[in-house]
Amino acid sequence: MNPVNYLYLSALLFTIGASGVLIRRNAIVLFMCVELMLNASNLALVTFSRLHGTLDGQIIAFFTMVVAAAEVVVGLAIIVSIFRTRHSASVDDSNLMKL
Amino acid sequence: MNSLIPLLVAAPLAGAALLLLGGRALDRFGHWLATGLAALSFGFGLVLFSDLLGRDAEHRTVTTRLFSWVPVNGFQADVSFRLDQLSMTFVLLITGVGTLIHLYSVGYMAYDERRRRFFAYLNLFLAAMLLLVVADNYLLLYFGWEGVGLASYLLIGFWQHKPSAATAAKKAFIVNRVGDLGLSIAIMLMFAEFGSFAFGPVFGGASGASEGKLTAIGLMLLLAACGKSAQVPLQSWLGDAMEGPTPVSALIHAATMVTAGVYLIIRSSAIFDLAPDAQTAVVVVGAVTLLFGAVVGCAKDDIKKALAGSTMSQIGYMVMAAGLGPIGYAFAIMHLVTHGFFKAGLFLGAGSVMHGMNDEVDMRRYGGLRKYMPWTYRTFAVGYLAIIGVPPLSGFFSKDKIIEAAFAKGGTEGWILGLCALVGAAVTAFYMTRVMLLTFFGEKRWQPDAQGNAPHPHESPSTMTVPMVLLALGSACAGGIFAYHDAFLKWLEPVTGHSEGNPPFGSWTVSGLTTACMLAGVGVSYLMYGRSPVPVVPPVGSPLTRAARRDLLQDDFNHAVLVRPGSALTATLVFFDSRGLDGFVNGLAATIGGLSSRMRRVQNGFVRSYALSMFGGTLLLVASTLLVRSF
Repeated sequence: MNPVNYLYLSALLFTIGASGVLIRRNAIVLFMCVELMLNASNLALVTFSRLHGTLDGQIIAFFTMVVAAAEVVVGLAIIVSIFRTRHSASVDDSNLMKL
Repeated sequence: MNSLIPLLVAAPLAGAALLLLGGRALDRFGHWLATGLAALSFGFGLVLFSDLLGRDAEHRTVTTRLFSWVPVNGFQADVSFRLDQLSMTFVLLITGVGTLIHLYSVGYMAYDERRRRFFAYLNLFLAAMLLLVVADNYLLLYFGWEGVGLASYLLIGFWQHKPSAATAAKKAFIVNRVGDLGLSIAIMLMFAEFGSFAFGPVFGGASGASEGKLTAIGLMLLLAACGKSAQVPLQSWLGDAMEGPTPVSALIHAATMVTAGVYLIIRSSAIFDLAPDAQTAVVVVGAVTLLFGAVVGCAKDDIKKALAGSTMSQIGYMVMAAGLGPIGYAFAIMHLVTHGFFKAGLFLGAGSVMHGMNDEVDMRRYGGLRKYMPWTYRTFAVGYLAIIGVPPLSGFFSKDKIIEAAFAKGGTEGWILGLCALVGAAVTAFYMTRVMLLTFFGEKRWQPDAQGNAPHPHESPSTMTVPMVLLALGSACAGGIFAYHDAFLKWLEPVTGHSEGNPPFGSWTVSGLTTACMLAGVGVSYLMYGRSPVPVVPPVGSPLTRAARRDLLQDDFNHAVLVRPGSALTATLVFFDSRGLDGFVNGLAATIGGLSSRMRRVQNGFVRSYALSMFGGTLLLVASTLLVRSF
């Protein structure tokens, strides 16, 4: 199969993620959309690695996964604590830096 | 001996410093301390005087250098003093009259709670005035010149709780600044021309300078003299200066400070002698002022303002004599000294009258006071006879000599000046007789004031009468002593020089004419004020009288010619500033403020909109990168 198709898929996934971030209000869904975007870029990186016959893209994809894992830990903790204090997971409700 | 000269200035300066810094502890005896220091300075003056007398006439100039004031390469200003016959005369006048007036003030200001401050200012004045007359260069003279201006300002406004006094002080200060500007320009011109402003190099170099430059320097010096000596056109402050306590009027605005202009002109005689145009200007100013002051003096009902008009007029005589050149220099100074005696005495007498009359100054509310204040009456009468020039009192000798010198100028000019001086003498006799008659003769015209306190005229305490008696003695005898074998002339001649001029007629004729004019003035005044009761409410009077009551419209003139255009100019500038400059700056600020308040809305706090702007930004970056790549 032509590897360029993976790039199309990656662009599609990234667009879905980006529009999700812009449209949805629920913090969890927002979070998942961010993950979607990260993984779309991972897919693109791996595809480029394949196209060029080098390993650089794959290595960067690993880095991205590590960052994404760390981000999940911190981000979920923040979302939980926001939900506890505001009783809402909507990002539009927390439009101030204070309570 | 030389070391005494700085002490002359230092004694009153120390007094001023002590009294101003010493605080309440000095309240009880501060005034005696100040009087003592003034007397000490007078003592130094006498010692120096006897020392000068012991020398040859040619070696009576003593200079001493205290320290270098501004030691800059090419610009050397020293604090150095010069004592010669001219400054010696002034030193004795200033410290002598000054001491007497200090003594008088002890009684006059006895109930003033700020008396210590008053004496501090008086001492400050003495120090500045002495510095002015013993300075050996124009810069130091300028320092003293400003010092007396400051002391005058502080003392005119001494009763600062009265708005009129505060205004008068400011007026005096501002008008004097105009004159001071003239002096500073003159000093700069001297420095540019001679490379120095010490008396020696300036007078020595005067003969090598062009006449145009000397005329410019002379005119600037004349401007300075006009400001300090209340000569037309800078005369307007002197009448208002009478708001100050009466001893101040006597010391500063009659006997000493206002004569500083005459001193300046005569001290700079080396310049004026070589600048005939400047001399003509001096003579014109003097002649105009002597008539101007005399006319104002005739119409004033306020005793101090009448005397102020008289002071202006008498200084006009001196300035005129100073402008006559070597014919008049010595006589200007002689009149200055005798005037110092009798005018100070007259002012102290006026102060004594006010002291006994609940500070009433309107002469129309006096009358018949000679029975109540015998000593004041006697001393005032001596001063009166002296100023109108009754022989053999001092005013006769000095004024007569000036009139003689005016005629001796020769030609049409001499005739005009001589006639002006004669008319002035007649008017002087008129207004002084008027003051005398209104105050001490006629029926009682005083009434209870608004609170129902009727004045109880009484003689003043001895601290006040003793100085008056001493000044009256001086007014009576000084002229005779000075004129005896031309003693004063011979004393001053080495400094000022002297020439006889070419008088059209002999001195006896002039004396006769002067006396006739004086008698005419006295007679007219007696007819107007001596024979019929004087109304308490002043009659409407002729247009000239009404104008003279308003100081011959001097304030209206200044208002129309200087204040109005000045205000219009500032109003224009303020308009330009507020609408033009401020409008531009404020408009810029408003534009930026408006823009930023629109930009602020972007910061709405919604995470998703931030995300959108991030995406948008990234999109823009990527698009522009691609666009640039494609070219």
